[in-house]
Amino acid sequence: MTTLHMVNKSPFERNAMKSCLAHALEGDGVILFEDGVYGAVKGSAVTGDIQGKAGAVKVYVLGPDLAARGIADGRLIEGIKVVDYPGFVDLVTSHERTQSWL
Amino acid sequence: MSVAKKFLYVNRKAPYGTIYALESLEVVLIGAAFDQNVSLAFLDDGVFQLAKGQDTKGLGVKNFSPTFRALGDYGVTKLYVEKESLAERGLTEDDLMPVTYEDENDGFAEKPSLIFVDRAELARVMRDQDVVLSF
Repeated sequence: MTTLHMVNKSPFERNAMKSCLAHALEGDGVILFEDGVYGAVKGSAVTGDIQGKAGAVKVYVLGPDLAARGIADGRLIEGIKVVDYPGFVDLVTSHERTQSWL
Repeated sequence: MSVAKKFLYVNRKAPYGTIYALESLEVVLIGAAFDQNVSLAFLDDGVFQLAKGQDTKGLGVKNFSPTFRALGDYGVTKLYVEKESLAERGLTEDDLMPVTYEDENDGFAEKPSLIFVDRAELARVMRDQDVVLSF
């Protein structure tokens, strides 16, 4: 009974990603999209928040939102998977529920 | 009517700076009218929605906090409040307004609706839902 958590706000502006990661359970997925993709970049003040859940939670990021913001895949935190729009839809259907973190 | 689903309304915003909190309450009342199994969660700045002594006369906007006390009449009797979110904001359970309901299965005894849970318990409540709506 896993949940896909959806984060679309910058982790530097709000605590949505931090709170999401604090409530995500083993086996859950987290997708970062829109301004949420800034949380996927390594070497930032919030990188540790994602690394702290490595193994327990699978983290995805929406490719078109990365590209729009000039973020190359090489700058992503190890283990984060880039998905396209159909991939996002697949994630929604492969989890029992979605939960937005506004 | 189909089997009632479990709906959780997640409240993470303070009450008057944005419209989220008021809109959440409106949607909760709609959901309750459809005989669904509705509960609410208050975490992060959402715990400020339940603060005692709210007075919006000076703002000229509606003080909707008394409406939480009416939820029991709509069968909404579970308001989960995250302990860590209270502590981070220097709040205790006593800083929140009392919210109660009358238990029709127990001689209409008045019982508390606020359920104080820690972060791990709240995460399990979230996973126990059919539908999670965020505000």
